[in-house]
Amino acid sequence: MPAPIALTVNGQPRSLALDPERSLLDVLRNELGLRASHYGCGAGECGACMVLIDGRAVPSCDTPLWAAAGKRVQTSEGLGSRSAPHPLQSAFIAEQAAQCGYCTSGMLVSAAALLQCHADPDDRQIRDGMARNLCRCGTHPRVVRAIVRAAASR
Amino acid sequence: MSEPDDRLALPPSLQANPRLSSWLRIDPFGQVLVRSGKVELGQGILLALAQIVAEELDIDLAQVRMLPAVTGVSPDEAITSGSLSVQHSGAALRHVCAQARSIYLGRAAALNGLDAARLHIAGGEIFDGERRLSSYRELADPALLEVDAALAVAPKRPADWRSAGRSQQREDIAAKVFGEFTFIHDLVLPRMVHGRMVRPPSPGARLIACDAAVVESMDGVIAVRRDGSQLGVVAGSEWQAERAAARLAKAASWAESETLPDAAALPAWLKSLPAVALELASDGPAAPRPVARTHAARYAKPFIRHASIGPSCALACRDGDDETRLRIWTHSQGIYNLRRDLALALGLVPAAIEVAHVQGAGCYGHNGADDVAFDAAWLAGACPGRPVRVQWSRADELCWSPVGPAMAVELEADLDADGRVLAWRHASWSPGHGLRPGRGASPTLLGSWYLEQAFERVDAVDAPRAAGGGGDRNAEPIYAFPSRQVVCRRVQGVPMRSSALRALGAFANVFAIESFMDELALSSGSDPVAWRIAQLADARAVAVIEAAAAAAGWTARARPLGEGRGRGIGFARYKNTGAYCAVVAQVEVGERVRVLDLRIAVDVGPAINPDGVRQQIEGGALQATSWTLIESAHFDRTRMLDHGWDDYPILRFPDAPRIDVRLVGGDEGMPLGAGEASLGPTAAAIANAVFDALGVRVRELPLSPERILQAIEAA
Repeated sequence: MPAPIALTVNGQPRSLALDPERSLLDVLRNELGLRASHYGCGAGECGACMVLIDGRAVPSCDTPLWAAAGKRVQTSEGLGSRSAPHPLQSAFIAEQAAQCGYCTSGMLVSAAALLQCHADPDDRQIRDGMARNLCRCGTHPRVVRAIVRAAASR
Repeated sequence: MSEPDDRLALPPSLQANPRLSSWLRIDPFGQVLVRSGKVELGQGILLALAQIVAEELDIDLAQVRMLPAVTGVSPDEAITSGSLSVQHSGAALRHVCAQARSIYLGRAAALNGLDAARLHIAGGEIFDGERRLSSYRELADPALLEVDAALAVAPKRPADWRSAGRSQQREDIAAKVFGEFTFIHDLVLPRMVHGRMVRPPSPGARLIACDAAVVESMDGVIAVRRDGSQLGVVAGSEWQAERAAARLAKAASWAESETLPDAAALPAWLKSLPAVALELASDGPAAPRPVARTHAARYAKPFIRHASIGPSCALACRDGDDETRLRIWTHSQGIYNLRRDLALALGLVPAAIEVAHVQGAGCYGHNGADDVAFDAAWLAGACPGRPVRVQWSRADELCWSPVGPAMAVELEADLDADGRVLAWRHASWSPGHGLRPGRGASPTLLGSWYLEQAFERVDAVDAPRAAGGGGDRNAEPIYAFPSRQVVCRRVQGVPMRSSALRALGAFANVFAIESFMDELALSSGSDPVAWRIAQLADARAVAVIEAAAAAAGWTARARPLGEGRGRGIGFARYKNTGAYCAVVAQVEVGERVRVLDLRIAVDVGPAINPDGVRQQIEGGALQATSWTLIESAHFDRTRMLDHGWDDYPILRFPDAPRIDVRLVGGDEGMPLGAGEASLGPTAAAIANAVFDALGVRVRELPLSPERILQAIEAA
């Protein structure tokens, strides 16, 4: 039995006695049932699995569990809910900024990190801030609009 | 041009599945349950279909529930492809619901001794004037819909629509934003286990030896399965399956062979292959005026990957008591087609296989969904009674999914002294665009070609013209030229598994035709917009070109600006029977091409969900920008080389253009699909804008820095 690893996930303290080499994404999805973060590439190149670790957007697919020890992990499920949505969640819905939606969770996480650095980002800052997130459906213009809308609503 | 009126004939989907109850059920709670054979691929089709149902039945959108497609209960509408879901399933549901509404009205009228003609329905409630008589809910009786479709009741005219034709928000987007949505990747079934495949290192590789013992003894491993060169592992958890597959890959040795062409010389290779020629148009009458000059040019596009963000995934379960029975969960575009090929490949009877659709990541043509379903079914044979979930790796997704075909297009035009086209000649070479399952005597599923008793590797084919064609799609110019000769060759013996990628042959054909139109216009000293309009006899075509040009602030000019910034136009009517779309691109060319802005006008006839149309047009234009600027499949003579997003980059946020989409027309014709209309015109608009910016023409995609440099040096 591996020694337990302590971390906080969406505000809840967790102690996980799991192989520390497992990816954080695998643990979130398969052990904690948090399935909004998606596997896209396994190499941190597409952003579908982005989570916040101590407030920074990080791909969880190539982050081993041990690297999150003692840290605060937030997934898109932790951003808000239907009754108390994050401004980005409301804005993504208002702009219908998704088609297939597979990348949406990672988009929300990257955008949340962006808004923490730049409360009122300009177009260049938004595009650079979202550069690690891939979308194949071509929703980029709507995602940019949604981030502008969310920033304006805060 | 007059359009067929889809209100006056039963649509093909309905002729094939005439029983109303196979489409529609009204339950005693007032819910209207709808089964379409078309599936949600992220394109928002289920909302558009629900809007059609709500409109025809006069109920609220919230009363409609779209049920997932499952073999045995859903109507068989073959493949969700070709931008035809609104035209096929939508048209069928318009008729089904119009007839159902009439049946229920008739019932209410009979029960109340009234003439049905004086009754009306609102929000699912049936009224006689102000007086409420009944409702769908109260009258709900499954027997009422146990009748076949008939042409007795015409659906509403789009001019009479009240809720269809208005933008509606997709419920699934909210669910996805709140992390509540279950993609196939997120599906968890009781007793589920995880499978992983170990694919060969190259398409022509054969498995020579594999010492599985070390893997079989690994923690959590349930089975290692090998059959010929098909190799995979099942384990209790995803992590264990990943680890075991990595170990298994190291234990396997393969014999490889060179089967692939020279990626740097695809047009010459395509033209060297044996081919089947399809002649679409031959010379018309002799030229009405003397030929003053002839202009010729050659265009090409490479193989292009689907590159969906989510890797293909499927679940399969062999019945524990009766192993001839199989259940499949898949993001396939055609559940019945997949079922037919699974039956062929696994030696089962189709009726013993149930295939259920679950939404996957974005789908832009024939991707790996069907292939991974076979892998899952094959691995499930190792553990009957337990569902096996198989997810491909990123490398397998890029290298082993069917690939969008490379194409070569050669164009030639005879012009009169005024620069007008007298004769147009089109010759193209392309692998087939159709390797979909369920259409032939032998399965097309990837794994079935690698078994010890391997099924024959079949060539991709093209659908017949009437069903949309393949490499020949949009090969005939829409312009009113006096004479035209169009020959499309489908080449054979291609080692890649080429198949449908969004817009099929229309992408390369429109890129070529619309680039060539610019070349001809400029060589005649004409403005490209005015020159196109002068040779169009179709008012809707002219209207979208004018709308896009106006949106972009187009000013007439007959020579390139050549200042590093440029603008260009591209236009097509998709398939020459679908949506009209014109795109004006603004580009900046420095070390590489940057597309700054796309102004798009589109005419889809009466749009069911205008914002949904905009989404599809925007998405198509964005994807086409990526294809046009940076995409081509990488391979050497033996191996595919696209293992990750570093190897196969796609457009990222910093390079995404601004996009403005205008819907024009809308009062004419029938509703047309929007999913593929913007891709070809976008590619041509960008290429024409690059010419405007530099004064040199790049005729081979992608418009990479190397290609542009070559063109500058050759100029």
